[in-house]
Amino acid sequence: MVSLLDIIGPVMVGPSSSHTAGACRLGLLARGLVGGTPERAKVELHGSFARTGEGHGTDKAIVAGLMGFRPDDDRIRSALEIAEHEGLGYTFEKTTLDEEAHPNTVRITLERGDRSAVMMGSSLGAGRVVVTQIDGFPVEVSGNYHTIVLVAEDVPGSIARIATVLAEDGLNIATLRLTRKKKGGDAFMVIELDQYPDERVRDHIRSLPWVRWAFRLDKVSA
Amino acid sequence: MYKSLAAAVRDAEARGITLSQLALETEADDQGRPVGEIRDALRRALYVMQGAVKQGLTGTLKSASGLVGGDAEKLVSGPPGPLAGTPFRDILARALAVQEVNAAMGVIVAAPTAGGAGVLPAVLTGLAAANGFDDEKLVDALATAGLIGAVVADRASLSGAEGGCQAETGAAAGMAAGAATEMMGGTPTQTAHAVAIAQQGTLGLVCDPLGGLVELPCVFRNATGAAIALAAIEMAMAGITFAIPADEVIDTMGEIGRDMDVRYRETAGGGLAATPTGRRLARERLVQIKRG
Repeated sequence: MVSLLDIIGPVMVGPSSSHTAGACRLGLLARGLVGGTPERAKVELHGSFARTGEGHGTDKAIVAGLMGFRPDDDRIRSALEIAEHEGLGYTFEKTTLDEEAHPNTVRITLERGDRSAVMMGSSLGAGRVVVTQIDGFPVEVSGNYHTIVLVAEDVPGSIARIATVLAEDGLNIATLRLTRKKKGGDAFMVIELDQYPDERVRDHIRSLPWVRWAFRLDKVSA
Repeated sequence: MYKSLAAAVRDAEARGITLSQLALETEADDQGRPVGEIRDALRRALYVMQGAVKQGLTGTLKSASGLVGGDAEKLVSGPPGPLAGTPFRDILARALAVQEVNAAMGVIVAAPTAGGAGVLPAVLTGLAAANGFDDEKLVDALATAGLIGAVVADRASLSGAEGGCQAETGAAAGMAAGAATEMMGGTPTQTAHAVAIAQQGTLGLVCDPLGGLVELPCVFRNATGAAIALAAIEMAMAGITFAIPADEVIDTMGEIGRDMDVRYRETAGGGLAATPTGRRLARERLVQIKRG
């Protein structure tokens, strides 16, 4: 459903809703995977991001997102200088990730303390984005909600247990997608939430013995 | 939100309300939020638009490549032309202003997109200044513009990469023409004719930015888009009607966009971007950005 506020918005730093606002949102989503501003980030730009990214401030917008700045934050313009003060070391590479990948795609490899993550995502136009891969697992996360993604052994009652963990924290599930490659194989869950899950919730889910990994991504849409 | 302008006009006229009232009620219903919250969000967008107009008119901005900036101010203090002293000239200046702010990485409202962000604030704030309209009247106008844009998004496209510039500054011209026609006292039917007249005037418009950057000709397309919107408003307010309904003009824009060669859809592979001068400027300026 198209909303008035999608048409009259977003409020953003120019010049491009896909190459600037969308790039910033991808940075914000990646930041969530390591729970804060990373110490090191390797950013690989693909397609149009690689070809016209510099002129559109795509590099600044991604680094700004990694530091938690939103698309309307005018610190995006000086994000690269701010990153040096914040202790965020970054490198940019232009590459071809995959012939099939969307023209505006980025892969970001992050380290923060003992945490690390690799995220791939695309900017679809008008500021809309999608995360397509986390640590090599194919996912589909829009950032329209606070999201938890996890991989778990396919054991009975796993969904009920996770729903209980979330409910105990007063978190309401908006959508839940469950997929598995084969019977008894790993189950992959994408859970979109109406409220903000803090790091404690992620840690709790991670501590369940049959959960292999779990990540939290913040809502990035307006 | 509505998927047909004809349906929206029919409902608004049957209930004796404006398209902006209908748009606000429908959005509130869709989102499960009170109308006041929708108005608040649109008011925040309006303040950003007004700020961008003001900032751009100072004429001190330059884009990353240095290709655009400073032209809005020339319409403020430069030599007069045949439109000197009219709202028309002021609106052209405002359209250039917002798009210059956008190209210089300033804060704007993507309405409907960043590349077409100058048309709507220019037409609406320019006519409000000329007629003494207050901000609440502008909030109403943004709601109407949003309804029109939602119809275009649903039936055609709001992306230069999908539909060329007719889907960005063209859609923005249709949104501005309709919203301003209502703001100036036009009926919902007149509003729909204004949308049709503006959108037909941009059919086939390609997206051909130099080097793929939202700079040239985007800044100028926003000013000429505003001019087309003004022409449509003037005709619709005079009672002129357009025989093809707005919905069908919008469908046509979508059809042309789907058939448009990829060179003309934001790839810098054709149009002005592929001219000898376009290629040379893009090459020189992109090198400059890398050194910067």
